[in-house]
This record gives sequence, structure tokens and C-alpha cells, in this order.
Amino acid sequence: MHNLTIKQMSEKLHAGDITSVQLTQHYLDRIAQFDGELNAYVTVTPELAIQMAEEADQRLASGDAELLTGIPVAHKDIFCTDGVKTSCGSKMLDNFIAPYDAHVVTQLKKVGMPILGKTNMDEFAMGSSSESSYYGATKNPWDHQAVPGGSSGGAAAVIAAGLAPLATGTDTGGSIRQPASFCGITGIKPTYGVVSRFGIIAYASSFDQAGPMTRSAEDSAWLLNAMAGFDARDSTSLEREKIDYTAALGHSLKGLKVGVPAEYFGEGLDAEVEAVVKNAIAEVEKLGAEIVEIHLPNKDLAVPSYYVLAPAEASSNLSRFDGVRFGYRCEQPKDLTDLYKRSRSEGFGEEVKRRIMVGAYALSAGYYDEYYLKAQKLRRMVRDDFIKAFQSCDVIMGPVAPTSAFNIGEKSDDQVSMYLSDLYTIPVNLGGLPALSVPAGFAQNRPVGLHIVGPYFSEAQLLNIGHQFQQVTDWHTKTPAQYQ
Amino acid sequence: MSLGKAEVEYISRLTQIEVREEAVEGVAQKLSNILDLFAQMEAADTQDVLPMAHPLDAVQRLRPDVVTEVDQHEKLQAIAPAAAEAHYLVPQVIE
Repeated sequence: MHNLTIKQMSEKLHAGDITSVQLTQHYLDRIAQFDGELNAYVTVTPELAIQMAEEADQRLASGDAELLTGIPVAHKDIFCTDGVKTSCGSKMLDNFIAPYDAHVVTQLKKVGMPILGKTNMDEFAMGSSSESSYYGATKNPWDHQAVPGGSSGGAAAVIAAGLAPLATGTDTGGSIRQPASFCGITGIKPTYGVVSRFGIIAYASSFDQAGPMTRSAEDSAWLLNAMAGFDARDSTSLEREKIDYTAALGHSLKGLKVGVPAEYFGEGLDAEVEAVVKNAIAEVEKLGAEIVEIHLPNKDLAVPSYYVLAPAEASSNLSRFDGVRFGYRCEQPKDLTDLYKRSRSEGFGEEVKRRIMVGAYALSAGYYDEYYLKAQKLRRMVRDDFIKAFQSCDVIMGPVAPTSAFNIGEKSDDQVSMYLSDLYTIPVNLGGLPALSVPAGFAQNRPVGLHIVGPYFSEAQLLNIGHQFQQVTDWHTKTPAQYQ
Repeated sequence: MSLGKAEVEYISRLTQIEVREEAVEGVAQKLSNILDLFAQMEAADTQDVLPMAHPLDAVQRLRPDVVTEVDQHEKLQAIAPAAAEAHYLVPQVIE
């Protein structure tokens, strides 16, 4: 049952061949069987899931159902979920039962999608390996020695292992696309502003964007249909006409101009990853696309710029965690300052503290111009590189990450090396552009994704390119042997 | 750039994050490594570049000046570490 596409599942639900309760129970059984070893869920919500599945079955029976009605979903533990623990992977929020739903959660509830649980992640989404979670590292279903990527590593792992048919993720510097690449699944980061940030625990507000994590591009298109849309409660939510992201699926790629940045295939890119990505681009060319060389000359400036700006925003966003209104409070504070300091020191993990400290320093008197303002200028230069590139091509293709999944523990003591591994995904977040990762092969027996970046609001086109690629390849249908 | 004890104490004060005496050196080293990464930005010529704060060229959306929030203090304070009579409780500040 867990190997069906979302459309096939929906057809079976609508035809009465299966019920949502049966489908949901199937996934709950698999979670009970496999999640002990993977640690991909922070919280599993079986009672809520079955109750929602029963409601979905009533809607299916009465004819009041949409395509996704009755199909269960796993939410990254960054989405506030009313009445359910929402930890953001942190001890700080280990006791936090969200008092309201994120907009994304509301949208998927309205459609009638049972909630299986909340997936593991790097603490406060700050990481590229899902090792910094208070609840321990998630393992990669393809190889338990390997990280699943991050920060949405739990979400990627549950899709790869068939512990959920659909998952939500967020992407601030690559946190949907890099784990999608490492776990051999499909993930899209939409244009900034397409999906409401309301109820998503904030990391870096001018970068954070939510998106679907699924087996195929077609599945992502269906889920994005439900996630996207205007929400007045997010001041950066875009007021646009409702888009059907499945409408372009089926368009030919004949004449599509694919830009390949010369700078992306240089030093530091693993040779096997390079071969996989180049083969995938050749496959797209066979579908009728034209390959053109482009240049993104400022790509090396993106990582330092991001690691100034995102921590700066985080240092402000995370000042709300003070031990007073919700979350962790230290034992027996001797005065108010002690309460703040010890609650934050004991509640936050090491990487979160580091980013808050670096961010506060970059914003502090005497360093603002040198770090923050300079990084904002580089942000524009990196964004302008893309705008210029899109004058000579429709989309850009390249690697998602310089390597396949690295081993658990391999980079946890070397932050800068971990930061540099985001070099292909971060430029996209600086620009607020949409980008997709689709499974394209294996390197060192671990999955590798193809990165497809488009101009603003090109999500439907990106998903169609992924879909067309998946019509002639079968990487997205592959499942780790023990999870078939 | 290398940070010293004084800078770490200053950042600790700014962020209200405690750094224990024995951890200062390690924290200084790791923060310095990150600042070395930032130093790569210096070489770029940004003289005529405007800073970009946000990916969208949008203006702040305004809404009618009407009440949209209802009083939910009981629900919201139910998850507070310490609350009583609609107040959050903290250690005494004023003697």
C-alpha cells in the first residue's frame, strides 16, 4: 500500500477499495515496526490520526472529499499543532503543547489529512544533518551509518522508509532539498511568500519557507496545492490567484533552456555525485531540452553571507525563549537575570547557542557595517546573479550537495565544514527563489539529488520538469531493501 | 579574527546565554572559526551595491483598525512555567 502514488491512493479511497482508517493504520503499524531504529518521529499521534481518518472516511462516503482527503501526513516538528507537542527538536520546547495550528496544519486539516505525528529535525532547524536534535540523531533509511541530511531529516527519512506517504518540511538554507537528496526523495522549496509562515517556529524569517517532501514530483504538486495560499496572518504571505500546481504536469520539455553553472562543477564536488548529476542533465537533454552554460560568479559569497544574516535574524527571533511565558524554565532561579540566562543556557543546544551568539555579535555596535550590512549587499549580488542567468535560460540545474550523505558524527565537531556543505542550496534562499530536488542516482551507494532552480513563481514548471524526468527514470521509486 | 575572554563575556551578556568559565576558551575558538568564514566577505567589492533585507519587493500590508484578537489568556497561560491570576510569575525584581 505504501508504494502507491498519492493519486493511486486517492483513487482507491474514492472507489472504496480501502478506507482512510486502514491506510492510516497501515502507516502507524510501519512506524511501530521501524521507527525505533530510525528515530525519525519525535511524536507519533495514533489516536488523533485514527480519529481524523474516521472523519475523512465519513467525507469520502458522503462525496464531500478532495483528492488528498484521507491520506495521512507527517508534519515536521516545527509546525505548531494544536494540542500536540511541538518541540522544534529542542529541550527548550520539550514541554510545549502548541495552543494553535500553523496555517499549513490548518490547511491540511481542512482537506481531511490525518496527522501521523511530528518528525525529527535539527534543533530550531539549525543544521544539515538532523544530529543536533534534543531527541537524538535520525538515521538515513538507506544506510544507518549515514545522516539523513537536515534540518528536515526526519521528514525525508519517513518518506524514504515508507513511514508516511506525504510530509511537510521547511527550508531556510536547504533544509528540504538537502535531506531530500540524501534520502532519495523529492522536495520543493517554493518561492518565498507562497506558503504562509504563520505557526512555523521562526529561525530566520526572511529565508524560512515551507514545502512538500514526497516520493515523486507529482505527489509534491498535489501537496503544494493544499499548502500554498494567501494568509493574512503572515505579513509576507503573497496575495496571488490560486495556482493548480498539477496543471503543467504533462507539458513537453522540448525547447526548455537549461542553464548549467560552470562554477558548480569545480573543486570540492565529489566525482561520483558529479557523474550522477551530469547523467541526469543528459537525460533531460534527451527529453528535448537545450543545455546552455551559465555563470553564477558570486556563489562563494553566499555561504558567509547567509551565516551572518540567518544567525542575526535567529538571535532576534529566539530572544522570545526566556523561561517566562512558555517552554523550559530553569530550577530555582535566584533572580530574573538568572532565570533568563540559565533557562536559555540549559534549554538551548550548543549549535543554537552558537548561532544566537554569532548573530548577536554581527549585529552589535561596531560590527553592524562590517558583517550585517556587508552580508546584505552580498545577498543582492548573489540574487542578481540568478536574475541575470535567467535571461539566457529557463531553469538552472546542478548538484544539491557536494557529496552524498556523510556519516553520523563525521562533521559534528566542525561547524564550518558543515556550513560549507550548503553551498549549492543557500544561494537560492538568499534570492527567495523556488527550487526542487529529485532523486537522480547513487554515489557511494547513497542517494543523490538533481537540483533544479527556477525564476520566482516557477513551481509548476519545476514540478513538471521533475515529473517528466521521473517518467523516464525510476530513481524516485527505489526503496531501501529493509523498508520495501 | 580571534575572540578573547572579554568578547565572549560581552556576547554572553548580549544574548543572555551563560558561558561557564571553563567553557570560555572553547566557545571563543568556535566563534572565531565562524568569524574567519565571515572574513571571506571582505574581498568582495560592494561599493555601489544596495543592501538587500528581503527577497520580496513588497510593502507592508495594512489592515482595517479593528479588533481581531480575542482574549485567550487562560489557554495561553496554561502552558506557562508559572502563572497566577492572569499574570506570569517571575522572581521578585523590586524589593
